[in-house]
Amino acid sequence: MENKKNNHFRFSLLFASIFAVFTSCEREISDEVEFATFPATGDIFTDDPIGLGTFFYFPYGPSPENPPGSKPTAWSVDNEVSYEGDASMRFDVPNADDPEGNFAGAIFRIDGEGSGRDLTGFDALTFWAKASQNVTINEMGFGEDFGENKYVTTRQNVPLTTNWVKYIIPIPDPSKLVRERGMFRYAAGSVNELGYTFWVDELRFEKLGTVAQPQPAIFSGQDLVQQTFNGSELNVTGITQTYNLANGVNQTVVAAPSYFTFSSSNPNAVQVSSLGEISVVGEGTAKVSALIAGVKAKGSLEITSTGNIVSAPTPQAPAAEVISLFSNQYDNVPVTTFRADFGNTEISDIAVNGDDFKLYSNLNFVGIQFPTIDATGKSSLFLDIYTNDVANGNFQVQVRDQGTNGELNTNIFTGQPIEDDAETRLDLSPSQLTPGQWITIEVPLTGGLTNQKSNISQIVFVGDIDFLMDNLYFR
Amino acid sequence: MKKYKNILGFIPLLLALIMSCSNDDTQKVVNFTQISMQDEFDTDGTPNSSIWGYEIGTGANGWGNNELQYYTDRTENVTVQNGKLLITAREEDFNGSSYTSARLITKDLFEQRYGRFEARIKLPYGQGIWPAFWMLGADIDENSWPACGEIDIMEYRGQNPSVLIGSVHGPGYSGGEAISKEYTLENDRFDTGFHVFGIEWGPEYINYYVDDVLYNQITPEDVTGEWVFNKPFFILMNLAIGGNFVGSPNDETVFPQTMIVDYVRVYNN
Repeated sequence: MENKKNNHFRFSLLFASIFAVFTSCEREISDEVEFATFPATGDIFTDDPIGLGTFFYFPYGPSPENPPGSKPTAWSVDNEVSYEGDASMRFDVPNADDPEGNFAGAIFRIDGEGSGRDLTGFDALTFWAKASQNVTINEMGFGEDFGENKYVTTRQNVPLTTNWVKYIIPIPDPSKLVRERGMFRYAAGSVNELGYTFWVDELRFEKLGTVAQPQPAIFSGQDLVQQTFNGSELNVTGITQTYNLANGVNQTVVAAPSYFTFSSSNPNAVQVSSLGEISVVGEGTAKVSALIAGVKAKGSLEITSTGNIVSAPTPQAPAAEVISLFSNQYDNVPVTTFRADFGNTEISDIAVNGDDFKLYSNLNFVGIQFPTIDATGKSSLFLDIYTNDVANGNFQVQVRDQGTNGELNTNIFTGQPIEDDAETRLDLSPSQLTPGQWITIEVPLTGGLTNQKSNISQIVFVGDIDFLMDNLYFR
Repeated sequence: MKKYKNILGFIPLLLALIMSCSNDDTQKVVNFTQISMQDEFDTDGTPNSSIWGYEIGTGANGWGNNELQYYTDRTENVTVQNGKLLITAREEDFNGSSYTSARLITKDLFEQRYGRFEARIKLPYGQGIWPAFWMLGADIDENSWPACGEIDIMEYRGQNPSVLIGSVHGPGYSGGEAISKEYTLENDRFDTGFHVFGIEWGPEYINYYVDDVLYNQITPEDVTGEWVFNKPFFILMNLAIGGNFVGSPNDETVFPQTMIVDYVRVYNN
């Protein structure tokens, strides 16, 4: 009830302000209409932290992927070292085996939920920095607030030297930053497991006036093509903004999706959220592109959905009998790569209604490689494939045992196994690949593998069809 | 030392220019107010052929500087659109060169001794991009370069987008020995907006200015050879690619690049 009332109040306020705007030739907007404004302060650290409040330093801390996390005490104010004035920010990057944390990394966030700065008048975050040795800092930037992280901006691989140098991190689109709390962020790892120290001074947002000639990009500037199916979810990746600086350098930063406006040329087939999440909602073709501050980003993704997809039949084999490489039905063993790099095949992950598939497109010759599997006692490799293509020539599956010498040995001219490797191959003719339905392929571990299948480490697909693959396992 | 003296000399000069734009008999500042040539580029299509001719090709050794472009008079490289002259450099294979561009020249069409020569230009940018608005002594066919003299009103390296270079070349002070001065635009750059590049040239002096800032004066005392700036000169405008002055473009250089000229105006008194 209260909520509703509140909405009503907002609505009338909106109306009032629209009215005020329409009539503003003669009148100022009413005093009762207050637009929130935030300080346009640029300085973050000169000799002390500026205007950040009491609690502003938040280390990344432990994460599931990296349990040791970042060392909480890596940052301090150094009163002995400074570029200007009498203090700088000091960052002690720990050794890789430091029990308190195996890297240094944190955000500097203005204290207080309602806080923030208006950064629309600036064009870059700048600072002076040096290090105890020549070193590359993995990430430095701003816009991370551990909330929406809406405008995270990161310059990667910042090359510090032992001399003070000024560094510039361009703001991808300043007009977006009407209220930003994430003033600074960094992440720095050890070098050859050893720590070091770096210093940052005179950290501030600035209007340089020389940040120009934007060259934004999505998908790393590539024009990509993707076949997929209704219900699949993809992301806009490779999102960057590049500005030319006064010294002629083109400085690229990794930019959060929210700086961009995404569009789909065919919303009946493909929709894109403001966070760059792509939803394939219907059959057809659509091109995903992006704009930032009126400039079209280089790169696009043309998506064709061939319609609804049905899941592959659920494998019936008991889990205890299979060694699975890729299936939602089983626990999977590790796979090093689904795209061993000897062809132009594109592979994408597709998830529809919680079921995962690998989509192979532009197939010619592609390998799946994995730590050796002992398939002794297994009779076959199984996989399910689904294609809409009419095959032109055979589709072939190769299964390779690498023997005991710890590596694959292949005649690079014939593709045949040499040294202690052994192999079996199965060819399927076009008539065996019925388009528009799931086909289960069984590759008997016979031929060269009859007596050698304890070190299987590679599966190869050869052919010219685009296909979905699921349920890849030995049984 | 010499530069220091010059800087001290410019402060009153600058004040004089900004405050009154009037003659100052101790500073040799003269106002030229009568238009003698003017192209506002108001007619779309090819530039006015009664003012502008073209130099075509690669010259000798890339116009003496190992420049990489092939100059043409094609619409792709030079055209007037929406009230602006567009000189566009493109990356394309053309008659053995990897780039094309254009060079406009008023030789045999317009020349003048002394006066105010200015153009309002938005410059291109990028490694290896070399636009210029400049003049050569009109007697160049009888009196070859550098003896004929050269006045560079505007030169610029695309990799230094905030820095303008103004120079004179003459006998004994040409090429790398030219009498030259850089001007840095503070908190701004020349490729994001239009700027006026000009000289006021009278007997025994050439004043260089950009927008409302007078940044250099060159007099016979400054040159290390004969002062040859006492005869008619003609105008050139071009967009060169690569060459000794800027180095070659690299992977990051964006093509095409366009030098956009709003107007060229010449005054005398």
